[in-house]
Amino acid sequence: MLVGARVSAIKGIKPHEWIFRFIFGGAVCVIAGLIAQHYGPVIGGLFLAFPAIFPASASLVEAHEKQHKARAGYDGTNRGRTVAAIDGYGAALGCVALGSFALVFEIWLPRFGPWVVFPLATMVWLTVAIGLWLLRRRVVHKSRKPLAS
Amino acid sequence: MSAELSQSLARFFIGGTIVSFFAVLAEMFRPKSFAGLFGAAPSIALATLGLTIASEGPDYAATEARSMVLGAIAFFCYAAATSWLLWRYKPPSLTATLSLMPIWFGVSFALWLAVR
Repeated sequence: MLVGARVSAIKGIKPHEWIFRFIFGGAVCVIAGLIAQHYGPVIGGLFLAFPAIFPASASLVEAHEKQHKARAGYDGTNRGRTVAAIDGYGAALGCVALGSFALVFEIWLPRFGPWVVFPLATMVWLTVAIGLWLLRRRVVHKSRKPLAS
Repeated sequence: MSAELSQSLARFFIGGTIVSFFAVLAEMFRPKSFAGLFGAAPSIALATLGLTIASEGPDYAATEARSMVLGAIAFFCYAAATSWLLWRYKPPSLTATLSLMPIWFGVSFALWLAVR
């Protein structure tokens, strides 16, 4: 299987994790707005790419993986941190897509307006993110030498 | 209610909802390298750029987007460093992600100084 989605994973998210993400996400957006208001759009714009969700998501990935291993009777501490590292690797690839999203906004927003640029930039973000992930997967698979028979 | 306060409230609720939405996507998808892509989703930008365009106009928002490119480069450095640290030395994830946060601040402000 290339990519899979488990809807049941949503049930595993505890109420305090939902609340934490909502409050943290909302707070970062308010702070980004206030910074832009006080220091101007150049400084404020930097915070549009602030890693708002990454620390919380990496620690939750580790905690969930640990719990998963604990249910099977293992200590999943190392495994949890390895999975968090893989999550971080994915986020690094996602940053290239994030930069592409911003470039589309910068170049085309003054010319075409938000109704065209919002969907276009989102599509570019998704395409670049998935494209890079597939490319990286292909490179990794190609670089693995076949076992000698 | 003042316009400033109502805009901040709108930012808070829209931002919280969009960040939570991408967090759910990150939780749902496997493998984790794919799910990680959503950790760098343009959640803050999607939440705030619409309001910025409405209140300040498209040129102001385009200027913000230009700086966002620099922020994304800084985020790349930060995420790559965090991933490497977690892979190599396996510290607790929260410790690694928070202690390396100065990388994002340092790289983004260095780039801002370089291009301004």
